[in-house]
Amino acid sequence: MTILEAGERHRNIDSPNPLDWISAAPAAEVATRAPAKARSYTLPIQPGLIFAYFILAIALLWAVAPGLFTSYDPVQGLPGQQLKAPSALHFLGTDALGRDLYTRLVYGAVHSLTGALAAVVIGLFAGTALGVIAGSIGGWVDEIIMRVVDVLLSIPALLLSLSIIILLGFGTVNAAIAVGFTSIASFARLVRSEVVSVRRSEYVEAAFGSGGTFFKVLWRHVLPNSLTSVIAFTALQVGSAILQLSTLGFLGYGAPPPTPEWGLLIAEGRNYIATAWWLTAAPGIVAVLVVLSVNRVSQAIGKAQR
Amino acid sequence: MTISPVGRLEGTVLPAPVLDVSGLTISYRDQNGTRTAVHGIDFSVAPGEVVALVGESGSGKSSTAQAIIGLLPENGRLESGSIRLNQQDIAGWPQKRLDGIRGSVVSLVPQDPGNSLNPVKTIGRQVAEILIIHGKASGAVADARAIELLERVGLNQPALRAKQYPHELSGGMKQRVLIAIAIALKPSLIIADEPTSALDVTVQKHILDLIDELRRETGTAVLLVTHDLGVAADRSDRLIVLKQGKIQEQGRTADILANPQSAYTQRLLADAPSLNIRQRRVAAVATASQGEASDDIIIVEGLVQDFSLGGKDKGLRALDDVSFRVRRGTTHALVGESGSGKTTTIRTVAALQKPTSGKVIVDGLDLSAPPRETLRLLRKKIQLVYQNPFGSLDPRQTIAAIVEEPLLNFEPVPRAKRAEIVASTIEKVGLPLDVLQRRPHALSGGQRQRVAIARALVLDPQILILDEAVSALDVTVQAQILALLDTLQRDLGLTYLFVSHDLAVVRQISDTVSVLNGGKIVESGAVEDVFERPQSHYARELIDAIPGKKYPSLAGQSLSTHSGNIR
Repeated sequence: MTILEAGERHRNIDSPNPLDWISAAPAAEVATRAPAKARSYTLPIQPGLIFAYFILAIALLWAVAPGLFTSYDPVQGLPGQQLKAPSALHFLGTDALGRDLYTRLVYGAVHSLTGALAAVVIGLFAGTALGVIAGSIGGWVDEIIMRVVDVLLSIPALLLSLSIIILLGFGTVNAAIAVGFTSIASFARLVRSEVVSVRRSEYVEAAFGSGGTFFKVLWRHVLPNSLTSVIAFTALQVGSAILQLSTLGFLGYGAPPPTPEWGLLIAEGRNYIATAWWLTAAPGIVAVLVVLSVNRVSQAIGKAQR
Repeated sequence: MTISPVGRLEGTVLPAPVLDVSGLTISYRDQNGTRTAVHGIDFSVAPGEVVALVGESGSGKSSTAQAIIGLLPENGRLESGSIRLNQQDIAGWPQKRLDGIRGSVVSLVPQDPGNSLNPVKTIGRQVAEILIIHGKASGAVADARAIELLERVGLNQPALRAKQYPHELSGGMKQRVLIAIAIALKPSLIIADEPTSALDVTVQKHILDLIDELRRETGTAVLLVTHDLGVAADRSDRLIVLKQGKIQEQGRTADILANPQSAYTQRLLADAPSLNIRQRRVAAVATASQGEASDDIIIVEGLVQDFSLGGKDKGLRALDDVSFRVRRGTTHALVGESGSGKTTTIRTVAALQKPTSGKVIVDGLDLSAPPRETLRLLRKKIQLVYQNPFGSLDPRQTIAAIVEEPLLNFEPVPRAKRAEIVASTIEKVGLPLDVLQRRPHALSGGQRQRVAIARALVLDPQILILDEAVSALDVTVQAQILALLDTLQRDLGLTYLFVSHDLAVVRQISDTVSVLNGGKIVESGAVEDVFERPQSHYARELIDAIPGKKYPSLAGQSLSTHSGNIR
C-alpha cells in the first residue's frame, strides 16, 4: 500500500499484517530507482521484440554453422553463373564472379559478428576500467582521464577509427580494435557517472565505516551497482559496432577481398547497381535488420532493468 | 487556535458541510492486480473547521486527499462513493471540469515545498498564475495581487521576493508561497497534505500558525493530512484515524485524545513521543552515576570544521568551537535544525572526515591526526546507523552478506564462526532467521533498520552513532526500534550518540543533550535540565515548537482547561 504514498518520508513497517511488508517493497524501488510509470510488469506480447530475437538467432546460427544454410562455396565462383538475378537456384542472385550472394551473406555473418563482439569487449573493458578509476579516485586523476575522454568524444568516430587503422594496418582484427577504441570514451563516461553516484550512496559510506578498504568496497559494492546500465549500453554498442565495421569494410579498410564481409559486399556490388541492384541492397538490408534487432533487444534489456 | 463554534455546539443543526465524503473507495492497479487502498470511508468537514486525517504510511490518508482534489496517480481509481463539495458531487467529474474548482473552491498545500514550485519561474509569476488561470486578474493587476498575497503570508520584502526564483528561498519561505497560492482565491476548503513534514520544527510551528490565522480570517475549512499526532492534536477540531483504508475512529480531537475507543488509536497515542512525556528511563548503566572524568568515551574539544565553497573567499564554517563529552554507557543527543552542524559533528566523530582544528578522542584514540591503523581500530569501536534504511543497505546483497561484511574487513574469521555471529546478531535485533537469505527490497522499513543496526553491532562496537535513525519510521515502529535500542544498550553497555531533529524522541531516550545552532553549541546538559529549564533563547524556542503541547498529559486533566490555554 505504500506505493500510493511513495513521496512520504516515513514508511510502513513492522505492521502485524505481512501484506504491508510486501507492499512496502515497491516503494523502495520507486524511491531509489525510477518513477512508477517506467515499470512495465504486465508486458503484453511484443511482436517486434520476438521478431528481433528471431533475426538475431538466425544471424548467430549463420555465424556458428554456415554450412547448414547453404551448399555453395562463399569464395569460389561458379563458371557461367555471373550476375544472375535472384532465382530458385540462387536465392539472392550471384555476383560478378558467379558467387552465390546468399552464401556470401551467410558466411559473412561470422566476420561481422565476431568483429563487433571483439570491438565491444575492448570498449567495455577499457572504458569500464577508465570510468571506475576516474569515478572512484576522483581529483586530478579524474580530471585527466575525463579530459582525454572529452577529446576522444570530440573526434568523429569514423575519423578516429580510420586513423587507428592507418597506424595499425589493414585487417579484420585491426578494424575491430579501431572500432572498439572509438567506444572506450562513451563507456568510460557512462561508467564514471554511475560510479560517482553509487559512491555517494549511504551503503558505500557504511561499508567504509565498517572498516572496508578502498578496493574491497569498490569490488563488493561500487562495481556491481554501477554496471546495471552498462549492460544495456553494451548491447546497444554491438549494433553500432556492426554498422561501423561495415562502414570500414565498405571503404576498404576492413577485411580484404575475397572475405565475404557485409560492408565489403555492398562495396563490391556498388559497381553493378544499375544492372544488379540486389548485390547492394541485400547485404545492406541484412546489416540494417541485424542492427535494428540488436537495438530493440538492448532497449528491452534496459527497460527490464528499470 | 480557537475551536470553531460549529464544533462546540453539539445538538444544534449544523450548517451544510463544505465537504461530505461518503462510501469513498479507492483502488490501485499494479503488477499484482488491483488493490483496494481505501474502503468506503465516510466523513465530512464543516465550514471553518479543521479536520485532521491521521494514520501511518499505507493508511490511505494521502489517497483520500488526492481523490478529493481529483489528483489520484495514474494507476489509482475512484471505485465508488461520492465526494460532495458544497453540495455538488464531484466524484467522476472529468479533469477539465475539475480544473474549474481546483484553486477556487478547493486548494492544496502540498507536502514537499522543495519540489512543488516551478524552478524556472519567479515566485510572483507563480502566485499570479492562479489568478490568471481562473480569470480573476491579469497583467499588472495580477502581479500586484501576488505581491499582496506574499505579504499576507508573512514574507518580508514581498516585492523583492516576487522577483526571485524558488532556489533563492528557504524551505519555510517556499511553503509560505505555496500557501499564498492556495489561499489566493479564498477557497472554501484547503487540503494540507503533510504541509510541514519536510520542515524544521520551529518553521513548522510558524507555518501551522499561519494556516490557522488565515483560516480564522476567511473561514476556510482545512483538511489536515498528517502522520504527526502531536500536530493533529494541536491544530484540529476533529480527528479521523485511518488504518489500512478504514476509519478506526472519528470525533472531536479532545474526546479522542482523552478517551480513545479503538485499540489502534490507543496504541498510536501511546507510541507518539510528542504526546507522552514519559517518566525518564533509569540510566542504562549503574556506573553512570559515578561520574568520573576518565570514563568519558567520547571527548570533543574545540572542534572547528570549515568547508571551502569552490574557491570563493572564506568558505563556510560548519562547526565553530564545538565541545562535548559523553560518558560510557549513556546516550548523548545532538539536536538542532537543518544546517546546524549535527551531521558534520558525527561524521567527524566517526572519522569520515578530518576536522579543520580541534580535538576528538574516542575511547582513548586521538582522531585529530589519525594514522591508518588507528582509524581501522576505531572502526571496530564506533559504528553508524543511518536515517534512511532504504539507502544504507546495498540492494544487491543478501541480508546475510550485509551483516557479515564488517567481519571480513578485519582479522579473518572462519566461515562457520562468521555464520554463527551473523545469526546471533540477527536474533539480537529481533529479526527471524529466515530474513538472512532475502534482499533488502523484500523487507519493510523497520526490518531494514533492524538489519542496519545488526550490521553496526556485528563488530561488537562500544559506540553507536544514530543519525536520525528513527526519523523515517512510523510512530509505532519508531517506538519498537527505540525499545530495541534501549534493550541493546542495557545488555551490551553501548554508548549512543543520537542525532535527531525530533525533540520528543530525544527527550525519551537520551541522558544528556547538546543543542546546536549555526555550528555552535548553544546549550548542553542533562536532558531534564535542558528541557525543563532551557537557558538560551534558541533552546527555549526549539522546545516550545514541539507539537502536542496542547495536551501535555492525556490523563488526569479536565478538558475544559484546554480551551483556556489554546494558542
